[in-house]
Amino acid sequence: MLTRARPRPIRARLAVTLLAYGALALGMCLLAPLVGSTSISLARVFDRSIPFADNVDAQIFFIARLPRVLAGAIVGAALASAGVVLQALLRNPLATPFTLGVSAGAALGAILAISFGAATTLGPLSPVPLASLAGAFLAAAIVYAMATRPGRPISTSVLLLAGVTLNSFFSALILFVQYMGDFAETYRTVRWLMGDLDVGGFGPIIGALPLIIVAFVIFALLSSSLNVLSVGAETAATRGVDVGRIQRLAFISSALATSAAVSLAGPIGFVGIVVPHLVRLMAGVDHRIVLPAAALFGAAFLVACDLVARTVLAPVEVPVGVVTALLGGPFFLWLLIRKG
Amino acid sequence: MPLQVERVSFGYDPTHDTSDESARSFSLVDMSLSVQRGSITGLLGPNGCGKTTLLKLMAGVLRPQTGAITLRGRAIGRMPRRELARQIAVVPQETHPAFDYSVLEMVLMGRHPYLGAFQLESPKDVALAYDSMSTTGTAHLAERSYMTLSGGEKQRVVIASALTQAPDILLLDEPTASLDLAYQMEVASLLHRLNRDSGVSMVLATHDLNLAASLCDSLVLVRSGRVLAHGPTRDVLTAAMIRQLYDVDADVHVHEASGHLTVVPIRHVSGEAP
Repeated sequence: MLTRARPRPIRARLAVTLLAYGALALGMCLLAPLVGSTSISLARVFDRSIPFADNVDAQIFFIARLPRVLAGAIVGAALASAGVVLQALLRNPLATPFTLGVSAGAALGAILAISFGAATTLGPLSPVPLASLAGAFLAAAIVYAMATRPGRPISTSVLLLAGVTLNSFFSALILFVQYMGDFAETYRTVRWLMGDLDVGGFGPIIGALPLIIVAFVIFALLSSSLNVLSVGAETAATRGVDVGRIQRLAFISSALATSAAVSLAGPIGFVGIVVPHLVRLMAGVDHRIVLPAAALFGAAFLVACDLVARTVLAPVEVPVGVVTALLGGPFFLWLLIRKG
Repeated sequence: MPLQVERVSFGYDPTHDTSDESARSFSLVDMSLSVQRGSITGLLGPNGCGKTTLLKLMAGVLRPQTGAITLRGRAIGRMPRRELARQIAVVPQETHPAFDYSVLEMVLMGRHPYLGAFQLESPKDVALAYDSMSTTGTAHLAERSYMTLSGGEKQRVVIASALTQAPDILLLDEPTASLDLAYQMEVASLLHRLNRDSGVSMVLATHDLNLAASLCDSLVLVRSGRVLAHGPTRDVLTAAMIRQLYDVDADVHVHEASGHLTVVPIRHVSGEAP
């Protein structure tokens, strides 16, 4: 007993996690743009001797496919880590980034823009992502205002109930707007709700990136407190955690990441619930490990799902939200059975 | 006197006008008590009398509406949370983590108030965690899942986690309530050893009068949010006091084999509101 090796210290575990999951995410982001209707070679893409204007492989890689892959990576990372944070905040493993009504708010915004304001543009910014971002923020603000009282910890049960209620309320409004709309609008809204990573260039990604970076910085600062908080709010308070402040930051940062992700690519389901659980099965439950691992694995997972979505029935594309559930579901069940 | 509670009143529903004292319902009324250095103080009283509330106030989780709680003369409400957590640790009645942490991870969380900006434990933190696991006899469980442990093992792990906070004062809320007789005795002797060897002061809320009699130097009897009596165990734990506290007639005498007071409840005195 006395000579038994101790578990690896946290610093070593963190380094191994970052290397392994980072290599997976990077590998997937390099591999995915090579696959498609035209096959291209990675060596030729990065061949400096050919001018970019003449290098068709590089053009396909950087202009046609890389934006979509990067969109997949940051949306996957944002949704997976927001899922981790919300599950810890609500102490509920069934929570998803969409539980608190943020995605329904985003969807309502997007659909209003599609139905009523599609013609208006604000300079270079297109109205649909902006409207969905506004809808997401509105939903988050309503839920937040309901669950917080000054000087008190957040009521997580109010947070959960308000989020679920707001989801239903916004969904009813979405159905109503769809019902009143014409066929073309309805098709576009249904298509938006399925999620789409073909964001049309680097512009929208650069637009969403600051929000996601801010969220990730907050996630990193919260990770150890989330461990203590997930053991119990009062225990956390006796361990020196400012519970109210950590809860508010957790809510705001996860709402920020979710809003940015959904306004960029629509409400792509399943990533935010299944990736956190997959990572916990593989890497343990310490949030200092789970958060970076889930972000990197979420990136790789969504890029892989999108690769399947655009190639499996080519030239027809399958909506990526369909693929995430069809691929992720059985994989998760298999892992549960194997570990169980 | 490390921890002092002075004329503290507290109510869970402070929404009423604070200027109108009579309109407010207090859970604790004008409570005063002190915890001596190196002592074990027992909190006794019926369900709902305010024992747990008092512990939460002493831990700084709740803030009193009136009165003051001071640690070596400093108001705990004014101390930074991390600093307070380095001096006062809490063992709750039950601990249900939302995720499947290992025993080592649970115990290491006791180092949270000491972690630096990167929030990663150093080898020294890990060594301290193993020390507390040895003290509580849980080192062999280090890699086990906390959720799969028995009640007694869980309670010892939670005590180990609190010890890893390296506190001067340990607040325990019914630490033996859900344990069988052997585990009750095990936890009691663990607390006794910790107090004797490490000089950790303890405040212990309990319904187990014999545990209190064997372990505690002094007792605070609480009824309906007020202090009924406060003093050395042998002075306070009397048949008359037990009757006042629980409306129960009891036989109190010194047990020769164990050397401390024992309480044998005889009957509930009906006719009085419990």
